[in-house]
Amino acid sequence: MHSRFAPPLFALLTALALPVHADNYSVPKNHAFEEECASCHMAYPPQMLHADSWRAMMGNLSRHFGSDASLDEKRRTAITDFLVTQSGGRKTGDTRDARGTPLLRITETARFAKKHREIGAATWRRASIKSPANCTACHAQAAAGDYNERSIRIPK
Amino acid sequence: MRYILIIAATLFAASAQAEAPRDFLARFEKEAGAAASAERGARFFTTKQGGEWSCASCHTEKPMQAGRHAKTDKAITPLAPAANAERFTEAAKVDKWFRRNCNDTLNRLCSAQEKADVMAWLLALR
Repeated sequence: MHSRFAPPLFALLTALALPVHADNYSVPKNHAFEEECASCHMAYPPQMLHADSWRAMMGNLSRHFGSDASLDEKRRTAITDFLVTQSGGRKTGDTRDARGTPLLRITETARFAKKHREIGAATWRRASIKSPANCTACHAQAAAGDYNERSIRIPK
Repeated sequence: MRYILIIAATLFAASAQAEAPRDFLARFEKEAGAAASAERGARFFTTKQGGEWSCASCHTEKPMQAGRHAKTDKAITPLAPAANAERFTEAAKVDKWFRRNCNDTLNRLCSAQEKADVMAWLLALR
């Protein structure tokens, strides 16, 4: 008898749980992505760029922001598939430049600019922050996908 | 029968990638056709070779300790095998990182002699 009520109850609980996760950018588990991408920098959430940006990035790994991040073809394809599958949706906003070229830096997207409009140039340059790409400097829980306002601590 | 095959396949996979740091020194020396020099390796590792960075820019001048990525600040575990048992145990990884990092620091691939020298120095660190 209980089972008859289980699906609606489950749906209700899921709906209630949704707002809590609205700001959650946790990175889905993927061994190749972690090993290859997160050995040099933090694992940037795939949700923060659209699929065309990830495809463009994965198509030029030997010149990856000034570094050689080249991979064997098998891994390159596997990681591209992962990024494309997990790439951003409507909330991610526009991730192309004025000419329509897919952006490669999350920090250049409109959503990033809007969310960080209160941060001045001098703050970005602080030794404790280094660059806008260093999410964890201020978002201490970024690695866990938490970029929430209340988790922010801007270091001096 | 199926389990035996699985076990056999696992053992084969494990044996295929289990290499010791000394194996790489031997391999690079053989490819170079000359003995390695730890002293030359130390100099190579700690000085810039034409690029913006030296190996030490990220791995520090004493790779028994942890380093930090010169650009992203991401922590890097020690490179010297005596300090980190995971280093130089898998050919695919060793080749991949020499390819990437030599391109970043020298704007070209490293010669077998250069790799042999660096291996000799890293293996001598305690």
